[in-house]
Amino acid sequence: MHRKVGLLAQKIGMTQIFREDGTRVPVTVLFAKGNVVVAHRTEDRDGYTAVQVGFGERKATRFTKPDLGRFKAAGVEPKRWVREFRCAPEDLAKFAVAAEVPLSIFAPGDRVDVTGTSKGKGYQGVMKRHGMAGKPRTHGVHEYFRHGGSIGMRKTPGRVLPGMRMAGRMGGERVTEENLELVAVREDDGVLLVRGPVPGPNGGLVMVRPSHKAAIRAAHAAA
Amino acid sequence: MSNVHPLIAAVEQSSARAKPLPTFRPGDTIRVHALIREGNKERIQVFEGVCIHRKRGGRRRSFTVRKVSHGIGVERVFMEDSPKVVDVEVVTRGRVRRAKLYYLRNLRGKAARIRARLGDYAENLVQAPEPEAPADEAPASESAASDAG
Repeated sequence: MHRKVGLLAQKIGMTQIFREDGTRVPVTVLFAKGNVVVAHRTEDRDGYTAVQVGFGERKATRFTKPDLGRFKAAGVEPKRWVREFRCAPEDLAKFAVAAEVPLSIFAPGDRVDVTGTSKGKGYQGVMKRHGMAGKPRTHGVHEYFRHGGSIGMRKTPGRVLPGMRMAGRMGGERVTEENLELVAVREDDGVLLVRGPVPGPNGGLVMVRPSHKAAIRAAHAAA
Repeated sequence: MSNVHPLIAAVEQSSARAKPLPTFRPGDTIRVHALIREGNKERIQVFEGVCIHRKRGGRRRSFTVRKVSHGIGVERVFMEDSPKVVDVEVVTRGRVRRAKLYYLRNLRGKAARIRARLGDYAENLVQAPEPEAPADEAPASESAASDAG
């Protein structure tokens, strides 16, 4: 178990920066200022351990009264998004309720996992959605260029097996990009710079956590 | 990029060059002082040729320089904000009638010459600050739109 508390962030967009040696680094700008611990989840009461974190602004009139009650109980400003980070029981003490989760839990050079909701792509065929090869443009292929091929057998079993990959809605699902390099932490702006793209549209919510794979690798190295 | 998010603008500002490059346009002959690495040694190589285009786009802007070396056309693309571009000198100002001079690739010898530009712009070979100041782009996005034109 290597789960650690991370930050909620809003994807702002992409740009590029230059390292001192002149190499160009494509980065995604993530805004992560104002993460606040809203509640704890404990083994005794809830059956698991987690820190509930709130982030982002929203018009006061948009909150429901039950939601406002939860923020009031914690003694924090109402936040637009609330998500939980599973963590070890000893981590609860580090993140007290109503305390801000600072950007400084991350340092430049860290590896992070970024989870978001991918952009919706609508109804897509099997070539785009599942990466199937389609059919040749020539050699007598007729009106069958982007089809997926056979979807089953004959009288036995006489049906299409569950889970067959076909055309349908693509995108708009939870995606985690793992092991991304954190290029810079700009605490004054509340900005994290992550190398490369992250899931979702600009303005979308993403969760940034310490890298799962890097933690496993470190544990192996220590053993 | 007319509507740059202020946070992105701030990030881009942080990697901006301290001294702006001199003003130059497509058609100008320029000398680019570029840092190149050979093994562990760094040195400055001068690449002289005609600027055939400039691509705008916030801190992602670039320009391409074309020269004919031993009868072979060579083009190099430079990122304007790269620390590897140490300096740019303007050798001559050229008079051209389009922004992207890709047609030069199909011409050679006398046909590929560019007429010299005369007038105020040509005489102003001293280093002038860039007309579009990136600092102004950060707070007001509507003013950036007019600057871009």
